Amino acid sequence: MSSIAASAAPKATGSRSTRVLGVLTLVGMAVTALFGLVVSPPDGQLGETIRILYMHVPTVSVAYLAFVITAVGSAMYLWKRSEFWDLLAASSAEIGVLFFALTIFNGMMWGKVTWGVYWRWEPRLVATTVLLLTYIGYLVVRSIPTSPRTRGTVSAVIGLMAVVNIPITHKAVDWWRGLHQSRTIFGTVDPDMQGTQLFTTYLGLITFLLLFAWLLMHRFRVAWLAERAEEVGLEGAIAERRAEGVSGTSQGGATA
Amino acid sequence: MLAMSTGGYIALAWIVTFVAIGAYSAWVLRRGRDLSQRVPEEERRWM
Repeated sequence: MSSIAASAAPKATGSRSTRVLGVLTLVGMAVTALFGLVVSPPDGQLGETIRILYMHVPTVSVAYLAFVITAVGSAMYLWKRSEFWDLLAASSAEIGVLFFALTIFNGMMWGKVTWGVYWRWEPRLVATTVLLLTYIGYLVVRSIPTSPRTRGTVSAVIGLMAVVNIPITHKAVDWWRGLHQSRTIFGTVDPDMQGTQLFTTYLGLITFLLLFAWLLMHRFRVAWLAERAEEVGLEGAIAERRAEGVSGTSQGGATA
Repeated sequence: MLAMSTGGYIALAWIVTFVAIGAYSAWVLRRGRDLSQRVPEEERRWM
């Protein structure tokens, strides 16, 4: 009985590893919310708005990581021509777009409180917009009906070109003077941040990395299943046409 | 237009982030469940 249950194929995209990751992510989210909204004191300079940064920093870090994985997957696809790398790149890009859009939204909330406006056309925000639009374009190109090989090749080239925007976006605050504050992670604010604030920032970061791993595994499996479902559909349609051809021939033979 | 307090913007940032991630996760899981029914068992072996 147990051996039958163990060998049964999963009914969805879950597995033991995703379940463990899922539980850890949920616990991490709850603890991050507790620390970010309740335990962490307001910042000396940023005041209460530091609580927005507890979401802003993890989302942008995950988005950058997702886009880098897209670039690696794209390069590997062009080299190996393996479906695995193509689907990994695409899955990661989709998650990256979600997290990057959330980064911009959180930034707008922070901007409204700090600057008094949701948006300013300053260097970091312009570069951010270009980056988001590039990856939306990547996803749009992937949705165009064509052969998997053409789709994989074209999107891999875009995936490789798009990643160049990340260092430009990240360094925009250093290269051009704008309103946006200096880099928070791997940047200059960290030395001033300490104690509970620093702990909350890194707790959020680790939690969102776990969330990204969980989402990427599920999204990759969905992409894999979608390809297999399309193949099954195609094979079914071909078999149907063949059956129609055979019955048409036999009917033609009977009348002749 | 109603002016929102700092707390309102903080709450909005957190709520939108959590709701968007939750909605996307639910969509991915549901799509995975739907597609699994259309794919043979041997193609559904996860590590």
